[in-house]
Amino acid sequence: MAKDALLAFVVRLADDHLILGHRLSEWCGHAPMLEEDLAMPNMALDLIGQARALYQYAADIEGRGRTEDDFAYLRREREYTNCLMVERPNGDFAHTMLRQLTFAAFMEPMWRAMATSKDETLAGIAAKAVKEVAYHIRHAGEWVIRLGDGTEESSARMKQAVEDLAPYVDEVFDADDVTRAMVEAGIAPDPAALRQSFDRTMATIFAEAFLDMPTAPFAQRGGRDGRHGEAMGYLLADLQYMQRTFPGAVW
Amino acid sequence: MVSDTRPELRDSAPLWAAAHLPREGGDHAVSATRLISPLAGEMGGSPEGGNVESYPSPDAQRRAYAAAAAVLDPEVPCVTVADLGILRSVDIIDGVAVAKVTPTYSGCPAVLAIELAVESALLDAGFEARVERVISPAWTTDWITDEGREKLKAYGIAPPVNGSNSIRSLFGETVVACPQCGSPETERVSEFGSTACKALYRCTSCREPFDYFKCI
Repeated sequence: MAKDALLAFVVRLADDHLILGHRLSEWCGHAPMLEEDLAMPNMALDLIGQARALYQYAADIEGRGRTEDDFAYLRREREYTNCLMVERPNGDFAHTMLRQLTFAAFMEPMWRAMATSKDETLAGIAAKAVKEVAYHIRHAGEWVIRLGDGTEESSARMKQAVEDLAPYVDEVFDADDVTRAMVEAGIAPDPAALRQSFDRTMATIFAEAFLDMPTAPFAQRGGRDGRHGEAMGYLLADLQYMQRTFPGAVW
Repeated sequence: MVSDTRPELRDSAPLWAAAHLPREGGDHAVSATRLISPLAGEMGGSPEGGNVESYPSPDAQRRAYAAAAAVLDPEVPCVTVADLGILRSVDIIDGVAVAKVTPTYSGCPAVLAIELAVESALLDAGFEARVERVISPAWTTDWITDEGREKLKAYGIAPPVNGSNSIRSLFGETVVACPQCGSPETERVSEFGSTACKALYRCTSCREPFDYFKCI
């Protein structure tokens, strides 16, 4: 039972990072400028690196001989338990940067707390990731400020992004049996407890960007139960294409 | 006796041109992908009461370390893995040279190339070799040696300045001296440069762009 909860927790964390890493990598070759064309795949590399470490650990926990690739490429849509925020289509550059900032502002206190996790493997992954996510907050945060406090056009687009993303924020703070088991075992923090740190990071940046903190009229949920939006199927078709076409292909 | 089944490894130079050198059967064959810190007591030496002949000599350990330590970083080939502090240890365990290597970044694509190069260098030095990947404690730029910092500077890469990685320092620019002319008048072009571990800067005095080794 405890093992099932740990496996579920590690997989959902890995899914968040894989899917967001994939979304970011879609920008490769399409960024508005060369420096950004390096920056986004660079962040994607961090996220996919973290996902790999987590999937490998999930495979070890499960102990059925699956590998990180089996988890990443060979599951069905309903078996992915990422939050809905990370699977949303990239939209424009403003939307992508706001989503990156939002996810990073959530993960930063999460990794920081997990660096002292009772689970040695997760503590090791977290100690490394917390340094990487700090860069993501700074980079995406600078863009949110620059665009929010920019031209009429950039400001309007950033405001639109805030409105579009708002319904997908609350889901990441939801507690369920899995998160409760992790808190009880001293493995991971209660996601609700991260809200204050998250709000503080976002409020600091939004104030500089002349953006209002969003109030979503409703929250979209379901990702943690494997219920995804339409965009997820297209994303997986792209992500899984090679392994589905050439099963077992290796480098 | 060396028991390598992949002779091509020994025949090649220990520096791979690209990060993705395929291995037979896929690139997941590196023996240790278990992400744990070294177990207490898992250091060089033999089990008590073990075969006397398998006791490692300090000389063998030194030779193994020297061989592994000379491997160059494939993406920053002016510094060795020892200069960067990513070679954590080399011990002789039951006659096998066991090197522990840590990645700079979680997704660093050079990790596999570095592990293969270290393994290859140990094989070349006549050891049976195993490379283990450890991620805890997490690598920090503080582990780059003074010699490594000098080499980076001479190569045109500004070495890391401590304390520049705070999420609270939005727009807070760290003073990074130009590795070409030494001027402190530099500006950051991008937080993310040609590799995961570098940022892109420009010197406003001599106008040269340069890489800055990010501080983490």
